Amino acid sequence: MKIDLKHEDGTLTALLTGELDHHTAGDMREKIDAAALSGRCRRLVLDFSGISFMDSSGVGLIMGRYRLMQTMGGSLQIQGAGPRLERMIRLAGLDKLPIWPENEKNERKNDHETHQ
Amino acid sequence: MKPINELRMTFPSRSANEAFARAAVAAFAAQLDPAVDELADLRTAVSEAVTNAIVHAYPDELGPVTLTVQLYENGRITLRVRDKGRGIENVEKAMEPLFTTGGEERSGLGFSVMQSFTDRVRVRSTPGKGTTVTMDKYIALRAKARP
Repeated sequence: MKIDLKHEDGTLTALLTGELDHHTAGDMREKIDAAALSGRCRRLVLDFSGISFMDSSGVGLIMGRYRLMQTMGGSLQIQGAGPRLERMIRLAGLDKLPIWPENEKNERKNDHETHQ
Repeated sequence: MKPINELRMTFPSRSANEAFARAAVAAFAAQLDPAVDELADLRTAVSEAVTNAIVHAYPDELGPVTLTVQLYENGRITLRVRDKGRGIENVEKAMEPLFTTGGEERSGLGFSVMQSFTDRVRVRSTPGKGTTVTMDKYIALRAKARP
């Protein structure tokens, strides 16, 4: 499990690598929250492109960071989620939250329409 | 129907064993030559069940978690996760999506994920005695996929 944090112009980007489960989520949460709070970031980007496994602990991590950014008056954005993570995210209903980049949002909208 | 092969192992409820349980199930189930997605479903389902045992069965102590994997000739894989922890008062309630007693960093989706990623989930629990979660997953059989 590895996490790379980059702070730029009020945006904190966390690149997550490895397996995200209950065991690894606690450490990730502490590192992300410490950096977000100390850097007073306005926007947090969680990049899942390096995640090879995620169970519902990852959903808890996303929900918790969404709440944190709300209390800080900022926003959360998710990027790099593959099909398996997408399935988990949809199951949790997180696809309805405003946490997706503009281009992915449109793709998601079209996708929903196709499936209905 | 008797299983054609069976794995049984017991480990303490340390969270480091979540990854170990996933790896063990994947390695053992590989004998039936599952597709990549089927294997990923099994890994996810067992991860949820083992995490539930670690987080909810033994909240303040370590206890034994027994994982059984049974492989059947018709492509059925049965995963059983048993603990001797505090048990669940109301199984029906515990299985409702988003219900959790695990604090705000837990999503409450564990059973929903198990139901979505396998074909059948059964939960038996006795308060003070423990919980057994049994999941069946049918995988598509391919030629030469016999242990």
